[in-house]
Amino acid sequence: MNRHHRLACSTLALLAGHALAAPLVFVSSEKDNALTLIDAATLTVQGTLPTCKRPRHMQLAPDGKRLLVACGESHAADVIDLATRKSVGRLALGDDPEAFDISPDGKTLFVSNEDEGTLSFIDIARGQKRASVAVGKEPEGVKVSPDGKTVYVTSEVASLVHAIDIASAKVVKNIQVGKRPRRMAISADGAELWVTNELDASVSIVSTQDHKLLHTLRFEVPGARAADITPVGIAMTRDGRRAFVGLGRANHVAFIDVRARKVTQLVLAGKRAWNVSLDKAEARLYVVNGLSDDMTVIDVAAAKALKTVPVGRVPYQAVVVE
Amino acid sequence: MRPCATFATFATLALLALGTCLLPVSAATLRATLIVPADDARLERTRLERAYLGHPGGPAHAGVQVALDEAKFELDAAGAGVAFDPIGAASLEAARAAAQQAEKAGAAALLTDLPADWTRAVAEAVKLPVLNIGNAADALRQADCRANLWHLLPSERMRADALAQALVARKWSNVLMLTGPSASDATRGAVAEAALKRYGLKLVAAKPFKLSADPRERDLANPLLLTGGAAYDVVWVVDSEGEFARALPYRTALPRPVVGDAGLTALAWHAQFERFGAPQVVRRFAKATQRPMTAHDWAAWMAGRALVAAALAAPKGPAAAWAKALTGSELDGSKGVAMSFRAWDGQLRQPLLLTDGQGVIGSAPIDGILHPRNALDTLGADAPEKLCRARS
Repeated sequence: MNRHHRLACSTLALLAGHALAAPLVFVSSEKDNALTLIDAATLTVQGTLPTCKRPRHMQLAPDGKRLLVACGESHAADVIDLATRKSVGRLALGDDPEAFDISPDGKTLFVSNEDEGTLSFIDIARGQKRASVAVGKEPEGVKVSPDGKTVYVTSEVASLVHAIDIASAKVVKNIQVGKRPRRMAISADGAELWVTNELDASVSIVSTQDHKLLHTLRFEVPGARAADITPVGIAMTRDGRRAFVGLGRANHVAFIDVRARKVTQLVLAGKRAWNVSLDKAEARLYVVNGLSDDMTVIDVAAAKALKTVPVGRVPYQAVVVE
Repeated sequence: MRPCATFATFATLALLALGTCLLPVSAATLRATLIVPADDARLERTRLERAYLGHPGGPAHAGVQVALDEAKFELDAAGAGVAFDPIGAASLEAARAAAQQAEKAGAAALLTDLPADWTRAVAEAVKLPVLNIGNAADALRQADCRANLWHLLPSERMRADALAQALVARKWSNVLMLTGPSASDATRGAVAEAALKRYGLKLVAAKPFKLSADPRERDLANPLLLTGGAAYDVVWVVDSEGEFARALPYRTALPRPVVGDAGLTALAWHAQFERFGAPQVVRRFAKATQRPMTAHDWAAWMAGRALVAAALAAPKGPAAAWAKALTGSELDGSKGVAMSFRAWDGQLRQPLLLTDGQGVIGSAPIDGILHPRNALDTLGADAPEKLCRARS
């Protein structure tokens, strides 16, 4: 590509970005104190956005206009206005926040405090901690049930998922799952909780009715040993029929038929394929690779990687803003 | 020797023991006894202050206690309990007696941080599983192994294999070896030489060193003279004591790196390890003990985690179920892989960290070193060697 051509391309991209507001992918990287912004149309890096220290889990605020970024070493979430792409405030999250979820009414944020071994309830409007529940050590993934009554949190050390009643802020059940549980997804009908087990090469499928283990889905990757299959990230389609799991050091993403509880495809990604995120159309899956500092973009229909884009140091998660 | 009456002189131990004795211990509580030397030269203040790599950083009970404290939630949730008490033993005979006493009193497991012959005597005196958390001697995994003896700390051979793999990966093939004067240096030097041979590295020269300022002995003591007159890629120093090795890097005749007991060292753990949740473990340990977590502390912590895993696997016991689960479970030690005990020598298979003391430079097994079943088994003695007769 000659210089002239390149210039024309980037101008085009810039124009497209402004006129059509092409989707933008925000990627947090643990070692950068910044987010990498990627144009989803061209799959090129548009720039970086400074944020708080050690950004990890990100989620859109219920209004869809702001992005919340949990920062482990700032003990807060950075609140980023998506229209201006500027930080507009901080929300205190307690010591060493890792992952969070937001109640369906948008009022409460539930965050795991990794060092303390607690799950904190944060009143978003007041910016205050409402309650704190002691859980097993190194709590990680957080998921609120669609009815807003229960919040689930994994403890990596205890190999438990704690089911916590939101109204009383009490643990109602400790559910034994596989070794080092990480992230969770809830099926479209709300009946099943899927939990990735990093050191068990598996997903535990738990009933949300009685909190009993229904099934353990084990992963196998040709040429990889069980010890190298370390699932972490999980995403499900809105209709609840398909799930996607990043298999960590096996460097693949598993596509899963949820009803059949079977892996349908394995797609090669980068090193230590970690958190996975879908776009709104569920046409593309964005996979961050923790050991190769890049992000693999997968065409869901074709089950094929389109491109791998360099991002920040130790990328954690991608969020598609469209 | 009774757990609660014998060592009032050792303040921390006495306090801990008192605590465990006062606690109501129900029938379903898994009880373990940790036996340590009553007067441990490794833990003298000045020795600890030097903080040599690969040496203990403090008493072994700390790591066990941290593991038990952090598991309180899941133990309570499962209706299980673990109690442990440390005992100081002044001699091999005392250690043996303490082990027998603990077995009689209903302990489900013993933990030891003892010299090799004491460890062996303890394992021979009881039927209980004995978890060795502080001794790296290969003999305990080979000729002197026992069916009930298990090892959390990596063996010397595992450490040497890890370093040899790192040299292979760097193509630093020509090795000058300097070995200290102690019996331990001689044994460990032989282990290091065997690792070189296994990995096809070349020993260009092996020289003894001695700490001395005597001009008549300068051939043995002067780093320039010791490292001159030969061509090599790397100097491998075997110094169980630590003082000579510490001052060797940057004092070699050729500008070459030092590995072994200084420079680049292979360890079970280092407080600067950044992956797999390690910083959280290190922080919890530092909060409880006000000191950085060493490789020995990691092994003690892992023994605590094994006790917890056993109690969770069989919350109501009985002892036989605990004994089975204790060494049959896969353990998570924040090193990125599930770890388990090798059937053929009782050793916990595990990745090792390569460190210069300031940070973690890499880990072993090195990428690309292959094994028919589990790459972790490239570190240390493998099954076909059949070096432990008591287990084959």
